[in-house]
Amino acid sequence: MEKNKLKLALDLYVSFFKVGLLTFGGGYAMLPMLERECLDKHGWTTRQEMLDIFALAQCIPGIIAANVAVYIGKKQAGVLGALCAVLGVITPSIVLISLLTALLLNFADLPVVRHALAGIRVAVTALIFASVYKMAKGALKDVWTVLITVVSFLLVALFGTSPVAIVLAAALIGFLFFGGLKSRKEGDA
Amino acid sequence: MSTFLLLCLNFFKTGLFAVGGGLATLPFINDMSNAHPDWFSKADIANMVAISESTPGPIGINMATYIGYHMYGIPGAVCVSLSLVLPAFLIMLALTGILHQYAEHPVVKSIFTALRPAAVGLVAAAGFSVLLIALFPGFEGSTVFDFPQLSGLFSWKALAFFAVVAVCVQLPKLKDLHPIVYIAAAAVVGIVFQF
Repeated sequence: MEKNKLKLALDLYVSFFKVGLLTFGGGYAMLPMLERECLDKHGWTTRQEMLDIFALAQCIPGIIAANVAVYIGKKQAGVLGALCAVLGVITPSIVLISLLTALLLNFADLPVVRHALAGIRVAVTALIFASVYKMAKGALKDVWTVLITVVSFLLVALFGTSPVAIVLAAALIGFLFFGGLKSRKEGDA
Repeated sequence: MSTFLLLCLNFFKTGLFAVGGGLATLPFINDMSNAHPDWFSKADIANMVAISESTPGPIGINMATYIGYHMYGIPGAVCVSLSLVLPAFLIMLALTGILHQYAEHPVVKSIFTALRPAAVGLVAAAGFSVLLIALFPGFEGSTVFDFPQLSGLFSWKALAFFAVVAVCVQLPKLKDLHPIVYIAAAAVVGIVFQF
């Protein structure tokens, strides 16, 4: 019994290590790899449950990939399983990023690397705005949600307001005002 | 409090408040560099995003590891990443059994209906802050009101290149290219055009 649980915890670590190692970008990008490891290989969950877990993981703050790992790990092998799964999914990042960063810090003073990084900075900014656009498509539904986006942007960009304050204020606004809107819409449908 | 503990605490806070996945942690990291300019610079943040987008693994973890390693080597990489996932780990365990009721609860849903657009604004503001240092190399201010510092630094080359990439990432075929392709191409452009 105990031995089986340890074996299961190890399997969870290895499976989520692979998920971390072989997916770029996290979030839904990791779905195919998760399905291969958790469904096809180990049968830890069903396809429908996997989609439910993803929806659920987004209602918890933090890193979606880690939240999914905790959920599946906990379900299979309790707290130890959750711990192994989440450690598995972050290990590849820690190893790869540490190596790359060490490399970068060593060569950052070379003129050719400085020019390359300056060029990369510009492209990265465009990539950030591309993902803002993607996020916006899912989150902006009406004039009120657009207003929340614009006001949070302006407060932070112009006045350097703390993001924590923005999150707390938005949560309060959602709690106070969006409940009514939502139930009315559902009532219509 | 030692800087190491303060850094971990800041990432714990990030893990507790970052909503929406992907780049959701970026605004919090950007805010850290405003509050503690000696920790890492805006240029470091741009490098961090570039490396995190070009490496496998969840972007939030990659960014946390980058900052941790940058400041404290391997121990920093490990502790900062763990600090980031700790809040969600505890919340998920605490809510076991009622997770589905929690996620389906109308109050939770309405809160998240307001949180998601706020997260969009936050990431956009962080992107704007990185844009300022990309277009004004050497700029280290935190808001546009630090404008006097910008004088004489503006780079037309950077603005033109930003416009090209911003259009490319929306074009039908090019938008599905992996970010690493853009980052590699940008490195070449940076070297060739002496950014």
